Amino acid sequence: MIRQAEFARALLDSAQPVPKGLSDPEGRAAGSRFAVYRNNVAVGLTRALETAFPVLRALVGDEFFAAMAGVYLRAHPPGSPLMMFYGAEMPGFLAGFAPVRHLPYLPDIARLELALRESYHAADARPADPEILTGLPPARLMQARLRLAPSVRLIRSSHPVASIWRAHSQPDAPRPSPGAEDALITRPGFDPEVQALPGGGGAFVLALSDGKALADAVAAAEDEDENRDFDLTRSLGALISGRAIVAIET
Amino acid sequence: MLDTRQPGRLPGGPGVGYKPQHYAAIIADPDPVEWLEIHAENYMGAGGRPIAQLRHLADRFPISVHGVGLSIGGEAPLDADHLARLKDLVGWLRPASFSEHLAWSTHDSHFLNDLLPLPYTQATLARVCRHIDQVQDVLGRQMLLENPATYLGFDESEMSETDFLAGIAQRTGCGLLLDVNNVFVSATNQRTDPYAYIDAFPLARVGEIHLGGHDVQKDDHGAPLLIDSHGTPVVDPVWALYDHTIARAGARPTLIEWDNDVPDWPVLAAEAARARAVLNRVPA
Repeated sequence: MIRQAEFARALLDSAQPVPKGLSDPEGRAAGSRFAVYRNNVAVGLTRALETAFPVLRALVGDEFFAAMAGVYLRAHPPGSPLMMFYGAEMPGFLAGFAPVRHLPYLPDIARLELALRESYHAADARPADPEILTGLPPARLMQARLRLAPSVRLIRSSHPVASIWRAHSQPDAPRPSPGAEDALITRPGFDPEVQALPGGGGAFVLALSDGKALADAVAAAEDEDENRDFDLTRSLGALISGRAIVAIET
Repeated sequence: MLDTRQPGRLPGGPGVGYKPQHYAAIIADPDPVEWLEIHAENYMGAGGRPIAQLRHLADRFPISVHGVGLSIGGEAPLDADHLARLKDLVGWLRPASFSEHLAWSTHDSHFLNDLLPLPYTQATLARVCRHIDQVQDVLGRQMLLENPATYLGFDESEMSETDFLAGIAQRTGCGLLLDVNNVFVSATNQRTDPYAYIDAFPLARVGEIHLGGHDVQKDDHGAPLLIDSHGTPVVDPVWALYDHTIARAGARPTLIEWDNDVPDWPVLAAEAARARAVLNRVPA
């Protein structure tokens, strides 16, 4: 009797023998017929990774990506049938994958692409009316807590992660210049959008998503922004234009 | 076990596997199809465009939910989390039909993303029946089970696939989804007669039919090896087998499956029209 454990092992590792007891119609060993299943698994999972990581693929090239996907899918087969979320271990995998050690920004690009998918499938939420913010007296405004949409994601990186992503996903995007970037993902409609936050913006959004009041989020941003010129209007503007604020609790 | 009911409540005409790139075309030109089928796992996110499109389409078309991830033939117990997600989806969508595959795809909590084959033994039969009973209990409805495309055989098999499926349907009260392309692919690969398969199939249980394209390869000995690929038109020998099936079974909801290298809507609509022409020749 063939156990599925044996079948599964042989599927993922072509060094393993084809399980005995599988035959063609003449009773001969299954041979390349088993390879159909091996191929289906490898091709199917590789396609899923190509769909998940188009910019990562553009950065390393199609051929390299396919070979890397072959290593990844054997080390990290999907943990659930939701293929739209396959690839969650890619950032850690890339960080430890010697052939890409010279591209230290790849793990953060993978994190950004995973976050884009999470955002795409996140729950819908009606944005709050931003007029409420402008109508508040300054003291109350600074004590307000802003609840962010389930589709909002923040990727903080010591690399220009948003600019690299944009350069490989949009025509005519400027060449990225070196430096750390905090990438904000919002979903104003059905399509997630990526923007690089100004200095301190990452700490600001992180504090807001932790439920801190606006004043505390500003303090966190100023603590972090070495130039001490955190631009509240721009960071708040990024959230408002991304329809990312769903409740204003005063 | 559920009571045996008239399987499926899909309209008797053609449907297609829904692809998001056809959304606008389907809304503009809905007449070629009477219903749509979705893959359950693609609609298990919390929101966003997929769910919004599905809600919109479900207002206009009966929907068939086709699962590809439940691993009903798996040795391990069914994934309770996945079954719960399915219950959620079926709960809000209230589809006209729910179907899954006679196959396994998960082992040791790893999802292998393929429909893997089973030996047709009493032990497998008992296990598959247990799982189907569980699915029908949790979902509170009858499901359809689809015959697989197979590329090899198990020496340990004790019965034919048609007897195996008939046994499952009889014990669990489930309906069957007859994939005529899979019949043709498996019969070619196993060197058996696809017409004999249809004649032996419990056609009264069939709530839905699938038609799709396949690829042609050769095995180690130069024998034809057909691969169920859903990336090309339905070939004439499969249409002929479908004619034979409908002549025997009567009209049944028929789906055109095209999952890879998906063509423009008119190509898919033309395939659906060809199925409709066959269905129109027999009483429903």
